[in-house]
Amino acid sequence: MQRPAWLNQLNHLLDHGDRPWRGLLLASVALVLLLLIGFAILLWTTSADSRQAFGWAFLRPTLDASWNAVSGEFDAWPFIYGTLITSFAALILAVPMSLGVAVFLAELAPNWLRIPLGWMVELLAAIPSVIYGLWGIFVFLPLVVAPVGGFLNQAFNGLPVIGALFAGPVPQSGSSRLAATLILAIMVLPTIAAVSRDVFRAIPGSQREAALALGATQWEMIFQVLIPYGMSGILGAVILGLGRALGETMAVTMVIGNSLEGSASLLRPGYTMSSVIANEFAEAVTKLHTSALIEIGLILFVLTLILNAIARLLVWRVANPALQGKRA
Amino acid sequence: MTTRVSIGDRGRPRIRSESGHIRRRMVNALVLGMTGVMTLVALIPLFWIIGYVVYRGGRYINLDFFLHMPTPLGVAGGGVLHAIQGTIILTVLSAIFAMPPGVLAGVFASRNPQHPLSVAVRFSTDVLSGVPSIVVGLFVYALVVKQQGHFSALAGGVALAILMLPIIIRTTEEMINLVPKTLREGSLALGASEWKTTMSVVLPAAANGLITGFLLGLARASGETAPLLFTALGNERLDAWRMVSSGIAAGQNPISAIIRLVEQPVDSLPLTLFKYSQQPYPERIDQAWAVALVLMILVLLVNIVSRLWVEYRSAKLQG
Repeated sequence: MQRPAWLNQLNHLLDHGDRPWRGLLLASVALVLLLLIGFAILLWTTSADSRQAFGWAFLRPTLDASWNAVSGEFDAWPFIYGTLITSFAALILAVPMSLGVAVFLAELAPNWLRIPLGWMVELLAAIPSVIYGLWGIFVFLPLVVAPVGGFLNQAFNGLPVIGALFAGPVPQSGSSRLAATLILAIMVLPTIAAVSRDVFRAIPGSQREAALALGATQWEMIFQVLIPYGMSGILGAVILGLGRALGETMAVTMVIGNSLEGSASLLRPGYTMSSVIANEFAEAVTKLHTSALIEIGLILFVLTLILNAIARLLVWRVANPALQGKRA
Repeated sequence: MTTRVSIGDRGRPRIRSESGHIRRRMVNALVLGMTGVMTLVALIPLFWIIGYVVYRGGRYINLDFFLHMPTPLGVAGGGVLHAIQGTIILTVLSAIFAMPPGVLAGVFASRNPQHPLSVAVRFSTDVLSGVPSIVVGLFVYALVVKQQGHFSALAGGVALAILMLPIIIRTTEEMINLVPKTLREGSLALGASEWKTTMSVVLPAAANGLITGFLLGLARASGETAPLLFTALGNERLDAWRMVSSGIAAGQNPISAIIRLVEQPVDSLPLTLFKYSQQPYPERIDQAWAVALVLMILVLLVNIVSRLWVEYRSAKLQG
């Protein structure tokens, strides 16, 4: 390759430039580390107004929460509840499916099928979340969520405890926590499946051979040997998925209905932490409103920070070599 | 209990009680079959989304869509030139901000794998990649928008850069680890300094993988909406090309014209998609589908091409 003359001169000039080079490397490292600390500090200081005004009462669980920029009363509970219930319900749906996919991709699929299927699962994660949202509003909600919601309402409405979660009626458009749950389940599946697949593949072959040699069927080998062996890695994958579900913004904002009504039901519209920030932040007028929204962001940040740290430690323990190169 | 040993119809000896054996075989087949079905079910949304976006979006895509600014409601035609320009501006800015520190931090981590700082970098990269993108938006709002006093492409670029940074660091570290040690040692033995070895031997040797990783990072960033909502904000009226070219024609220095552009709020494809999808007008919804198609093709194309390229390269290296 032909290099321009100025570059050669520069090279010559810096021929013994290892010190500045090392300084440059260290500066970049410092920047990366400072970024994370900067997140914490900046979110903490800019949410000061809200933290002083409300204290811990901001997080108090309540069914008649107020969120009023005019009177300056803010409760974060409906958003926290919305985020937690949709994310956990999505995990309940997605985890068994993801493990099935991971087992199929890691243990069963023949080679010619494994690579293209693996790609497709990863493409599912690459589709931008606004496209999920658009598809959700116009296709998934009317065709799937509304009928499924109606069915769940009829099936569970009378029951004592669960009934409250399935109280209706489902809005005609389908916009509801259920819609957010289902979309989130689709969106976190590739994350959990891809990481657990890598965990399975990192388990030494001797484990499989030993189980099979003792007469186990392939399923018994997977269920009684591989899954316990990779448990902490799988748990890490699930937590990574949870982190993704908690922070997901656009698709959820577009399908959850963005409503503050005091209902705990999955079948009614709701709100999440990320969607209230997305909807209101650019138009927030009072300082207190802005600061309350940033405090919600701070809660989200701390929550995902803790979850990610745990998940990474768990995954690292089992699957360190296999995980190089996997972005969850 | 006696164990019956018999010769099966295919001549294989069957040991243990018949019924338990058959039950176990059946459970095995059933569950393993189910994992295959689950994989198929999991992929339904992928094909459903792609198919529907192509079907709805394909009808509204034409050349005007790429070449014209949006028209007022009720006026036929019009396109999303502003969003295409905005996406390009934001992507270029984020690449400029994220690549130098990302590559250098990756070089450091791969050069000193056991160094406590490298461990810290790896850990914070992992954690950073899990921070919700909307929180990144809040951070950049406090860091840039609040200081400047206005929304801008610059702030949007910083937000996307923070989202790309973990991908770049990780790719760089992995790709440098793949470069044979002998190359580096050869260069050092010839008397080249450490930094020169890295810049002119190691990084070029890793270039293929690096570029692939960067493209994936760019594709991811260009599909992001949440962090742009209150950083780049959106701007339906800005024709970036006209602004810069008329600025230069009016005797402005090109660099200051570009700086003025970067100070403006800009739109991007995902932002436009989101805003159009929230409007009650059918023509805006149609355009939203067309934008979705453009965005999807962009993202999927980069993903598929770069993966094929990686496969091709590794096949070539092995064969």
